[in-house]
Amino acid sequence: MIRPELVCPAGTPSAMRTAVDAGADAVYCGFQNATNARNFPGLNFTVPELERAVAHAHAGGTKVLLALNTFPPAGKVDLWKEAADTGARLGVDAFIVADIGVADYIARTHPDIRLHLSVQAAASTPESIRYYCREFNVKRVVLPRILTVPEIKLMADEIPCEIETFIFGNHGLMVEGRCSLTNYITGLSTNMDGVCSPAAQVEYIKDDAGNLSTRLGEYTIDCFSCNESAGYPTICKGRYLTPAHDGPYYAFEEPISLNLSTLLPDLMKAGVTALKIEGRQRSKAYVKSVVSAYRKAVDSIMAGQDPQISDLLALTEGQKETQGAFKSKTWR
Amino acid sequence: MLQQPTVARMQHTESKPAIAGFLQRRPRWAPPAPLFLLQPVLRRIVQRIAENNPDMFGRLGPHYRAVFVIDPVNLPFVMLLRPDPDDLMLVARRRDEMSEYDARISGSFLDLLMLVDGDLDGDALFFSRNLTITGNTEAVVCLRNALDDIDDSIAEEVADMFGRPGRAALTALRRMNEKRETQ
Repeated sequence: MIRPELVCPAGTPSAMRTAVDAGADAVYCGFQNATNARNFPGLNFTVPELERAVAHAHAGGTKVLLALNTFPPAGKVDLWKEAADTGARLGVDAFIVADIGVADYIARTHPDIRLHLSVQAAASTPESIRYYCREFNVKRVVLPRILTVPEIKLMADEIPCEIETFIFGNHGLMVEGRCSLTNYITGLSTNMDGVCSPAAQVEYIKDDAGNLSTRLGEYTIDCFSCNESAGYPTICKGRYLTPAHDGPYYAFEEPISLNLSTLLPDLMKAGVTALKIEGRQRSKAYVKSVVSAYRKAVDSIMAGQDPQISDLLALTEGQKETQGAFKSKTWR
Repeated sequence: MLQQPTVARMQHTESKPAIAGFLQRRPRWAPPAPLFLLQPVLRRIVQRIAENNPDMFGRLGPHYRAVFVIDPVNLPFVMLLRPDPDDLMLVARRRDEMSEYDARISGSFLDLLMLVDGDLDGDALFFSRNLTITGNTEAVVCLRNALDDIDDSIAEEVADMFGRPGRAALTALRRMNEKRETQ
């Protein structure tokens, strides 16, 4: 069994240092602009910060993967090209891309730097993945969270690149890179502006009884009673009134986090070579806890022992966790 | 079909937060907390943190002039923070003496302390309903990211300002947090 790479989130330089110290094999991060899908206020790296962070990560034997995983609008491609050129100059180990124009530019301009295909590309068939590998020399695909472990195993036999899967964090079942729910409500695009549910349009309202309403733009998307766990203010995890259901319900997804700790041995046997922890928007306390837990679990599996799994429930969205489609297509 | 908004936009005259623990136990005849003693201490604290961590202000973006209410719900006062490096403010106020603000962050004193110190995850506290955010969410996100990018312990910086008693108090608070987490 190949020792998988533990790929960890870094929203700030401090979070990156935390991930490196906690045992990350690779960290992924982005610049403070629309070139990445976590373009949140106050998050991400300036060029000097990334320069120092790359040096720190490499000194600790950790790779740095730069997320350029949004889709440039017409006439604005230069921002993505400049980000790629800067990343190459700073010595990042790979680019994570979704757009074929960005992939093509990097493949031609920086052919010595690895290309990873972002989950934002939503490539879920051997045919599409082979296309990216053939045309852009993609070395790794980050699979959408919609495949079972047996399906991933079949995929591994049919594609000429490494497989990375999410193992913890956002459940993320919408067709990533093509979800326009936020755009519909806020006018901003997850895929081009890099931000789902922009914080400037999120509002929380607590009433005298302790109920918490979540609003995005002009819409109330959920209301949590006083003792109910809360979730992120995203459209896909809102509760709605529809004619098809009695009372408000989670029509798309529910507030819940992916946690594949008990499936790790199966994933590794299926040919997954990189395990990704979601959460660049989370704190360094989250990074420390989750990375440490998975470092310990992967190391114990590689040592032939039963995986030692820490309880991470307190860090999950809605205080609930699932194995999602990795376990079964009928998880709800 | 999306549910149409049913709740009016929050005003700064929002309902008071739950007043727990200490304040609820305080007899009605008791005098208000002597906040004037706290003000110079808070001023020193915020100045020290700003001096030691000048890079944090860049993450605040346009919100460096925002006024944040830091509301430890089990203490008899709130703190007003304006993280403007040229016009820093951290002052204590009684809840009935509140002025206008941009965003309010409410939680237990221990949770807020551990949050600022990078020992707890703000999203997890929010999910568990132990942290409440109202007002300008983007400003809060910026403040959270600015504080989270500080490597050194803010709590230790503050404790060191007060010498051995400060460090002893911090040790006691951390023990309380560890005990709570293992329960």
